[in-house]
Amino acid sequence: MAKILMKGNEAIGEGAVRAGCRYFFGYPITPQSELPHYLAKRMPEVGGTYLQSESETAAANMVFGAAGAGARVMTSSSGPGISLMQEGISYIAGAELPCVIVNMIRGGPGLGNIAPAQSDYFQAVKGGGHGDYRLICLAPASVQEIIDLMQDAFDLADKYRNPVMLLADGVLGQMMEPVELGEEKEITVPDRPWAATGRKKGGPKRLINSLYIVPEECEKHNLKLGEKYAIIAREEQRWEEYRLDDAKMVVVAFGTCARICKAAVDSARAEGMAVGLIRPITVWPFPNDVFAGVKETANNFLVVEMNMGQMIEDVRLAVSDARPVHFYGRVGGMLPVARDVLNEIRKLYDGGAAK
Amino acid sequence: MARAQVTFREDRCKGCKLCASVCPKQIIKMSDHINVMGFHPAMIEDQEKCTGCALCAVMCPDLVIEVAREEKKVG
Amino acid sequence: MKTVFTRPESLTDMPMHYCPGCTHGIVHRLVAEIIDEMDVYERALGVAPVGCSVFIYNYMDIDMYQAAHGRAPAVATGIKRVLPDRLVFTYQGDGDAAAIGTGELVHAAARGEKITVIFINNAVYAMTGGQMAPTTLLGQKTTTTPFGRDAAANGMPVKVCEMLAPLDGSAYLARVAVNNPKNVLAAKKAIRKAFDVQMSGAGFTMVEVLSACPTNWGLSPLEALKWLEEKMIPYYPLGEYKTPATEVQP
Repeated sequence: MAKILMKGNEAIGEGAVRAGCRYFFGYPITPQSELPHYLAKRMPEVGGTYLQSESETAAANMVFGAAGAGARVMTSSSGPGISLMQEGISYIAGAELPCVIVNMIRGGPGLGNIAPAQSDYFQAVKGGGHGDYRLICLAPASVQEIIDLMQDAFDLADKYRNPVMLLADGVLGQMMEPVELGEEKEITVPDRPWAATGRKKGGPKRLINSLYIVPEECEKHNLKLGEKYAIIAREEQRWEEYRLDDAKMVVVAFGTCARICKAAVDSARAEGMAVGLIRPITVWPFPNDVFAGVKETANNFLVVEMNMGQMIEDVRLAVSDARPVHFYGRVGGMLPVARDVLNEIRKLYDGGAAK
Repeated sequence: MARAQVTFREDRCKGCKLCASVCPKQIIKMSDHINVMGFHPAMIEDQEKCTGCALCAVMCPDLVIEVAREEKKVG
Repeated sequence: MKTVFTRPESLTDMPMHYCPGCTHGIVHRLVAEIIDEMDVYERALGVAPVGCSVFIYNYMDIDMYQAAHGRAPAVATGIKRVLPDRLVFTYQGDGDAAAIGTGELVHAAARGEKITVIFINNAVYAMTGGQMAPTTLLGQKTTTTPFGRDAAANGMPVKVCEMLAPLDGSAYLARVAVNNPKNVLAAKKAIRKAFDVQMSGAGFTMVEVLSACPTNWGLSPLEALKWLEEKMIPYYPLGEYKTPATEVQP
């Protein structure tokens, strides 16, 4: 099939539709606007529902209702709106409802700005809302990968009855790239016997709920969630390895940042430095497995992020202090450039021996 | 023979007296003894006088009361 | 003899946790009776609030949802959009619907969302210990208005039916009370009408139920019903505030 040009934000929308998502609830915010624009047109074409809510708070709770009723459903927003959704997301996680939430991260804190950033990493992978829960967090780095990951996002959400967050930024959302959409497949959404769709007489009562008033029961619920998260952490780690063979230094970056770092890695290789890249595709679960081998062969690590250093904590845990882990970041909507990353690599490579 | 039968599930009664307050015949009283929940449960004093109007049941917040009555003869 | 009054099938036989004389139980029963009478047990979905009535999900025998504080109309919106032929209702208190959830309530009404809100107005936050609610009356003493609600400091009580009536999306709005058998029967009629209007697709429906909270009002159950009649009803007049232009057939 021929490739077509698509914006990242539109690709999210088309990817969702092709994954069988038929319900979108959301509130306008920059820089993800092309996504709701796209779905406002696209959803009616496939018999779906696009609803503009009165707030992100309401949107997340509409998702709660729709997911509880058994639908493939999603919402999207950016930083400040995602903060407002945290209440609903916590309830969704507690009630074990499948859904997809897109965060087109922008500069923060507060109103920050609308430029690309990765400063919501902690919020996404460490919880964000109240209580002890996890989101499966996917971080694509190209428009094609967005298309592919949207299908996976909905499938993972269903497989684990867990909310999935897609983390991207304005660069990915706004950039146009050629994508291969593939054949439109007949989507079979898995049965959801737990969905509250109306109780059959004599049938089981379905309750979409996150309240466990008795501490013993709430502990049991948390332990059950914990077991699920442990399985996800074991089974669902995804990453891309780039020029990692024989690498003495490993750059770690996700999303937009990883694209920039690839160019820096190529330049470093051209200068004779054995540098590779690990690009986490799942930032939760964090791809610890890839570090197990690499930490034995690499001398040091450089984490590059569009924040003040958030994923670096997970890299340090993965490397378990066996090797030094350095950081380079740009913040507030500023992008690192390959030349500056290369300079960092030169400074740090071989313990700073290379000049 | 009574025209109506009112049954109180006394274990469920919280002794709020809403039933007694609306009984047109004033035949609902609170028992002297206490039930499992520690309340003086409502009881009917004179079943014979009960008309089966069910106003007591309408006001009961706790589904304590069941009412049966003779079906009206037609013609 | 024929049984003329018994527990409706749509209500479980679980003892309710409410305080003596709390009228939540009456309203729960009315909703269940109507579900039985409309024969929609398999199509009825309820959304529980945060507050005393959170456990309505245990008392209704149907499929249920438990929503975050104030968000029940948003949750119900999500449900109804996915399952448009179901009877979807929320059950919310005054803190839930008229304070933290005002946005969700107003916009569900504005959109003409085809749901029914059963709004319990007892003029107080009950579960958390008797604090002032948006609907607390002027002069009413609560744990956070120990000298009585003062208009200058706390504003005036919110009249929810009157607030929603001008919205074109609202199709049926009524205020009822459960302080005596006559009013209880009128309340049942109003909830039935709201459900019928919802199922007709005419728009958003709400029944505000003036309800008693003897514990937090510091009154006996009977005194509480008297207070409801003498203080609440004059400020919150009973009646229908919005009805559909065309009569809805049950």
